[in-house]
Amino acid sequence: MAKSQGAALDRKKLMADPIMVTTIVVLITFLTLFILYPLAILLVDSFVGDGTFGLGIFKRIFAMPSFTRAITNTLKVGFVVGILSALIGLLFAYVEVYVRMNRFVGGLFKVVSMLPVVSPPFVLSLSMIMLFGKAGIITRFLLGIYDNSVYGYWGIVIVQTLTFFPVCYMMLKGLLKNIDPSLEEAARDMGAGRWRVFQDVTLPLLLPGLGNAFLVTFIESIADFANPMIIGGSYDTLATTIYLQITGAYDKAGAAAMAVVLLCITLAMFAVQKYYLEAKTAATLTGKASRARMLIEDRSVKIPLTIFCSLAALFVIIMYICVPIGALFPTWGYKFFPLTTKWFKLVFTRYHGFKAFKDSFVLSFISAPITALLSMIISYLVVKRKFKAKGFIEAVSMLAMAVPGTVLGVGYIRGFSGGLFHTGILQGIYGTGLILVIVFVVRSLPTGTRSGISALRQIDKSIEESAYDMGADSFKVFMTVTLPLIKDSFLSGLVTAFVRSITAISAIILLVTPQYLLITVQINEFAEKGSFSLACAFATILILITYGAVLLMNLFIKHFGTSKQIKED
Amino acid sequence: MEKTKKGVRLEHISKIYQDPKTGKDFYAVKDTSLDIEPGSFVTLLGPSGCGKTTTLRMIAGFESPDEGEIYLGDEPINELTPNKRDTAMVFQSYALLPHYNVFDNVAYGLKLRKVPKDEIRERVMRILDLVELTGMEARMTNQLSGGQQQRVALARALVIEPSVLLFDEPLSNLDAKLRVSMRTEIRRIQQEVGITAIYVTHDQSEAMALSDKIIIMNKGVVAQMGTPQEIYYHPVNEFVADFIGEANFLKGKMTAKDGALAELDIEGNPLRIEAAEHMEVGKDYTLVLRPEAASLADEGGLPCEVVLSCFMGSYQNYHVKVGNTLVKLEEHNPKNRKIYQVGERCALVFDPRSVHVL
Repeated sequence: MAKSQGAALDRKKLMADPIMVTTIVVLITFLTLFILYPLAILLVDSFVGDGTFGLGIFKRIFAMPSFTRAITNTLKVGFVVGILSALIGLLFAYVEVYVRMNRFVGGLFKVVSMLPVVSPPFVLSLSMIMLFGKAGIITRFLLGIYDNSVYGYWGIVIVQTLTFFPVCYMMLKGLLKNIDPSLEEAARDMGAGRWRVFQDVTLPLLLPGLGNAFLVTFIESIADFANPMIIGGSYDTLATTIYLQITGAYDKAGAAAMAVVLLCITLAMFAVQKYYLEAKTAATLTGKASRARMLIEDRSVKIPLTIFCSLAALFVIIMYICVPIGALFPTWGYKFFPLTTKWFKLVFTRYHGFKAFKDSFVLSFISAPITALLSMIISYLVVKRKFKAKGFIEAVSMLAMAVPGTVLGVGYIRGFSGGLFHTGILQGIYGTGLILVIVFVVRSLPTGTRSGISALRQIDKSIEESAYDMGADSFKVFMTVTLPLIKDSFLSGLVTAFVRSITAISAIILLVTPQYLLITVQINEFAEKGSFSLACAFATILILITYGAVLLMNLFIKHFGTSKQIKED
Repeated sequence: MEKTKKGVRLEHISKIYQDPKTGKDFYAVKDTSLDIEPGSFVTLLGPSGCGKTTTLRMIAGFESPDEGEIYLGDEPINELTPNKRDTAMVFQSYALLPHYNVFDNVAYGLKLRKVPKDEIRERVMRILDLVELTGMEARMTNQLSGGQQQRVALARALVIEPSVLLFDEPLSNLDAKLRVSMRTEIRRIQQEVGITAIYVTHDQSEAMALSDKIIIMNKGVVAQMGTPQEIYYHPVNEFVADFIGEANFLKGKMTAKDGALAELDIEGNPLRIEAAEHMEVGKDYTLVLRPEAASLADEGGLPCEVVLSCFMGSYQNYHVKVGNTLVKLEEHNPKNRKIYQVGERCALVFDPRSVHVL
């Protein structure tokens, strides 16, 4: 049997579509150049960076006690944060799906799930220091403890857990909702108590999902740069060690090798998560709930769970509120009244606030639509079309999800500071705003692509086929059918990309040149220097921008969204 | 439609797929040649997985044949993409564009062809009139019933005046009554427009009601092609006989030939039928007997025993055993007839001309 004729015809049909071919070529070039190449150059550098091929550089970095300590530190933090986040997330998800809650508690839950989306990554570190640090409101003024240190292991663990558990909560909520209530009712009917049902039915069904949540958090924790930077103190993780290796010790080859080590760890976890756990989760929980679940009214279950979760939620909310309030106190830790706007004024008068906001805003504003459009195009190609390079495009854009920002940053430094393969070609983009925009795009691409793919899978394939059959070419089909149908997903991708870009720091801090002032870099700098009030003022304005963007998006979707007119039947 | 009608010709078409479970290649369609006449209504009929939809999608251009060539009229179209082929498809799920209203859905293909606005308006209205949807132009498609959505899909395909209309099980999402009335509609419109139509279905009554010719497919190959009558009365094999209508198979050896009559031994009983030309004494044959062609009597014919007797309103449904062979039959208008009960012994009688020899 020879499939050659069919394959040849498919190829010819593809070639008859120049826009499609160009798009694919451009995409492949982009992905290769800005995702694969920087990672490849890291490998090259770490094997031949000292002039000879071999494991020399790896031997050198593994001989550094600071590096091996960083590996253990990172894994320890990641493991604990992963477990804690998954458990707290599970508790929240369970309470939301299974227990009858009043409006107020429901509102708290919603806020908790929203906050990490709109806030910059290091906000919780700031408020942790301000609440529990040496001059913290709670430690010093309420409890009279003067020498409490939040810096180090526990600081990172607490802050990261609070940052990442809402992600687990959202993931697990989706899974719990998919469990058919009649399974649990059957067990209850057989005579099992509530706890037994949870143990025997709910938990086993959820286990792969729980593992998935754990690994996702683990990866996030390992890749996190901002929190360990601010609250880690002398407790270095891999991300911060790599950063210091390149900015402090100027050891580029060493940093490259360290980045390879970090990348290997995240890639391995990502592989397990993506190919093993995700498939298992889907296999055990495919069904849609046949009807609404009987919510738990039992007070002995309801009251303690609700109280615990509400307190936890309130605590998280207070942590976030702490930042804007902190920016209003005259001197944090000494003088609280009268509230003042002097820090905000200082931001704009002395510390180039306008430029920082303009630079951050403009760069993110440029990269967001590019990201959103690119991810929709990738999703369209992956879900709706078949061609040879499809697997490559899908794999590389998903791969970017597993690459920590710091690794990508080092890759860009090594890959572009001297031009492609140190030949000087494309050197021009290094140090410009263009490379910052590219980094923003690459960093947000995987999330956008993932949501685009799931949105497109919902659309019956024959709708696009019918347009194609009516005489539209690929470009027309994409513009007149695909894009309008996933308008909501496109819009939210746009805003997510914007928010992610404007709050990004890990890769960008390695690549930014003095000619650009970025808010996140400023916050990091002021927090490092101990000027928490200024850091808070910057962060507050950043939160306002991101929150505004999300609000705008929701309004827009509500009034112009496609889902409204289509789904209403 | 002023356009000249075009037929469709498939020459030795094959399509190979990979089995997702075993990873092995198999023929979804194998060495299929068809010649569909201009202006005729042809149905591809078969069980699921027989290759009928794959064949249709190859004609539309969504799939590329691994062997053979497809012609539209005299033009080979293998290398043309679906948007360049002069065919229009009506999809099983209707596939209407959900963000457009009825008018824009129907006008979509004309807009792509850059037809002037006035002409679009006029042609869309004329087609909507033909499918009896006048006044619905401004409705969104989700405000329509299933039958109306189907008409929009049909109008959208017709309005671009393609050479060939392709239908991919278009009625399978409708309820039974609507299905019957829609198929009459489709046939009426096809006759009125005089367009070549290729229709995929697994519903034999749909195929019977609609087609000039039926093509029965099984396991990727054409089992039989012919008019509904040819296929029903002269099936070429057991698969076709069983797939179209109900069929009983009586097996037996030919024992003697007497002029135009042949005598067979059926479960130990002699049976005389009209001899087919190819029949020889001493060979085994299978006879096809349709349930409505037989009836029960007290004596004569093949002796049998009733194992099921069931009143169905317009007919009495019997299952009887002739030796070890189960025969199903329907006696119509049972009111004035004798009803046989389960366990009763009687005789299976039928006109020797109404059996078909395979």
